[in-house]
Amino acid sequence: MPEEFVACHDCDLVHRIRVHAVGTSGRCGRCGALLFHTKKNSIERTLALSIAGIVLYVVANLFPFLSFDMQGRVTETTLVSGIQQLWNQKMFSLSGLVFLTAVLAPGLQLLLFVYLLLPLQLDRSPWNGRRALRWLLHVQRWNMIEVFLIGILVALVKLGAMAEIVPGLAIWSFATLIVVLAGANACLDTRSIWQRIPVASS
Amino acid sequence: MSRSLTARSQGMAACHDCALLVQLRSDLAGSAVCPRCGAPLHSRKVDSVGRCWAFVLAAAVLYVPANVLPIATTRSLGFAQSDTIMSSVIYLLQEELPLAVVVFVASVLVPILKLVVLAYLAYSVQSGSRWRALDRTRLYRIAEAVGRWSMVDIYVVTILVALVRVDELASVDAEMGAVFFGAVVVLTVLAAHSFDPRLIWDRMEEADG
Repeated sequence: MPEEFVACHDCDLVHRIRVHAVGTSGRCGRCGALLFHTKKNSIERTLALSIAGIVLYVVANLFPFLSFDMQGRVTETTLVSGIQQLWNQKMFSLSGLVFLTAVLAPGLQLLLFVYLLLPLQLDRSPWNGRRALRWLLHVQRWNMIEVFLIGILVALVKLGAMAEIVPGLAIWSFATLIVVLAGANACLDTRSIWQRIPVASS
Repeated sequence: MSRSLTARSQGMAACHDCALLVQLRSDLAGSAVCPRCGAPLHSRKVDSVGRCWAFVLAAAVLYVPANVLPIATTRSLGFAQSDTIMSSVIYLLQEELPLAVVVFVASVLVPILKLVVLAYLAYSVQSGSRWRALDRTRLYRIAEAVGRWSMVDIYVVTILVALVRVDELASVDAEMGAVFFGAVVVLTVLAAHSFDPRLIWDRMEEADG
């Protein structure tokens, strides 16, 4: 088994690691940070969950999210209509922040997963793969859709007294998307992907 | 292992993006690039403590208007009611206790605790503290992980604004408090990201000689 030196990302201590088998992990001996975690069928699983995620993402964005029934007058909303409405109220920064964290970041994350992992699965190398993987790591931090779900619950309680709220198809696929995306992240073994993508020819 | 061997003491740096351990060449100082992923190489995050303080102080200043100003105004049948973060927690308290606790923790406690923790960590590194390095590292990990949950109130406003717009009957408008609050969340995320926990351990090594 190949030996490798890694430095702990939290305390800089150098470790010599030897990866024996998939499904093993190693922690820093000084601060306990996770140094590596090899995962079984990492590429297949992350790719499968990402493709499922893209389908759910499209449904979540196209179909009605929540309907608001106030004395017979029904307002139907989609995921982006809140963002549009904030924009119309000239709350541009707020609108942009919600768009980034609830729509753009999860979508970009799913696309980058597929862009990187589909070629690897077919034993090809993705064009500019290393740059794409770097982007992916930066995008991940701004994906906050699991927080959005709590926001929906709070909004439902607040409006419960005022009108009747009917959940739409999109809300179920959105909730499933949260689970699927978390699963894709959990199955991803970044370390092994860095080793599999060849250095750019530039 | 009694002697701790760090990447820095060996003249090496771990890439921030792909974690590759690279030998730094002194003639390339400051402009080295990771040979594997192309990210700029630094032994420690650049100007970590200074940037962390800047984001923390900016967030602390904006935390005041974020809590004092209303985040949304609800108009219904001629009545208008403005809600601040705290008043919406109090409203939830009467409706759903568990949800009120979640929102109170996420919107009020998390931002302020995160700012206090990051300010303390930055100060402890500056003053060369050697006190409980492991616990301070854990504190950093927690502060970094929980910050995103503060976004919950921003999302509530977004959903209310989208749902409640029944012409003259009822509407919800976002207010400036929500803008300030969003800025606080973004600034605390950036503050946590700019802090480098390895600085905590550097002080321990300097003390060991």
